[in-house]
Amino acid sequence: MAENMRDIKRRITSVQNIKQITKAMEMVAAAKLRRAQEKAESARPYTEKMREVIASVAVATDEVQHPMLVSRPVKKTGYLVITSDRGLAGGFDGNVLRTLVQTVEKRHGSKDEYVVFVMGRKGSDFLKRRDIPVIGEVTGLPDSPEFSDIKSIVSQAVGMFAEEEYDELFLVYNEFINPVTQRPVEKRLLPLADLGEEESKSDLKALYEYEPSAEEVLSVLLPRYAETLIYSALLESKASEFGARMAAMGNATDNASEMIGAYTLQYNRARQAAITQELAEIVGGASALE
Amino acid sequence: MSTMQLDIVTPERKVYSEQVEMVIARAEEGDIGILPNHAPYVSPLKVTAVKVKKDGDEFFIAVSGGFIEVRENTVTILAETAEMPGEIDIERAESAKRRAEERLADRKRDDIDFKRAEIALQKALTRLRVGKSG
Repeated sequence: MAENMRDIKRRITSVQNIKQITKAMEMVAAAKLRRAQEKAESARPYTEKMREVIASVAVATDEVQHPMLVSRPVKKTGYLVITSDRGLAGGFDGNVLRTLVQTVEKRHGSKDEYVVFVMGRKGSDFLKRRDIPVIGEVTGLPDSPEFSDIKSIVSQAVGMFAEEEYDELFLVYNEFINPVTQRPVEKRLLPLADLGEEESKSDLKALYEYEPSAEEVLSVLLPRYAETLIYSALLESKASEFGARMAAMGNATDNASEMIGAYTLQYNRARQAAITQELAEIVGGASALE
Repeated sequence: MSTMQLDIVTPERKVYSEQVEMVIARAEEGDIGILPNHAPYVSPLKVTAVKVKKDGDEFFIAVSGGFIEVRENTVTILAETAEMPGEIDIERAESAKRRAEERLADRKRDDIDFKRAEIALQKALTRLRVGKSG
């Protein structure tokens, strides 16, 4: 019996240790989530401004066409998937990777029809194991990534579209809805199709002076806009990651508490049983002497 | 004196948002000075210091990879990076300048590296100029 009690005691201690860790991770994730949310917030004015400018430029120059605005027949598709570097975030990476794999299987017959860019070690490991053609990756991104951290992969992704290596570019990432809800989404980034539709209704038709020319301004702006969209998707994904990790660690902490309760009950039962047995032995011994 | 709104925004944050009297920037085609009530205008910017005049004082803001938009008495500069004079780490800029210069001196490298080093040098010089002005 004493053996059994020691076993249970040991188990309680180890679950308590786990609980401490998960609790700490939950709190860290909560703090990082707040920072990531602020960061995503503060990136918004830039994206919005950029969209505004491009929309008004596109509206003001109806006749100007740019390859990044034109849909062409799709022969090959690019995907850019954003995952995390670390696990312990519940279904965070699983969900987004499943979305990617399902889309790819549904849409493409062979591996020649698509290429994948990946951010985050989890995604990179997964895709390589699955033999999915990864042509660009970046891992080990900090918790609050700077634009310069992803500049090269992003320029590559946008540049390859411009060079007609592929004819569409999709973003696959976890959309941040609120701290406890994330949803894997798949958004078409390129070609930029629905720009300027809202603006064209209002009379924002400012007649701009362009230097050097409207075409050249657009050709500088559009790639940068696409890059900015990817960056804000990354920031959103980071916020989602911390939200997911916070929820997962919260659950783990709750489960650990529950387990500690169950083990404590078991431990007390075993202790009582041991005492009862000891008493019975003493009484038995005493009555044998009479 | 009449003023106009100046917003300088990067992907990371809003760097500057104030009423100012004049903005001078280096656009793709050459320097451009903007006073209040300027006609709508869009142009990419070079890596330089943007000169801002506010309440009679002049100061610089380092800007790289940006473009400028003027509309309805609002000047918006969207840039990949932008720093106010007080925010610049002069030592870091110095070492970046040295690195870029070393790379430029080593002519054997290919064109892309060379271009990159030129841009890096330009950025470092801009930062130094702005940093020392503040």
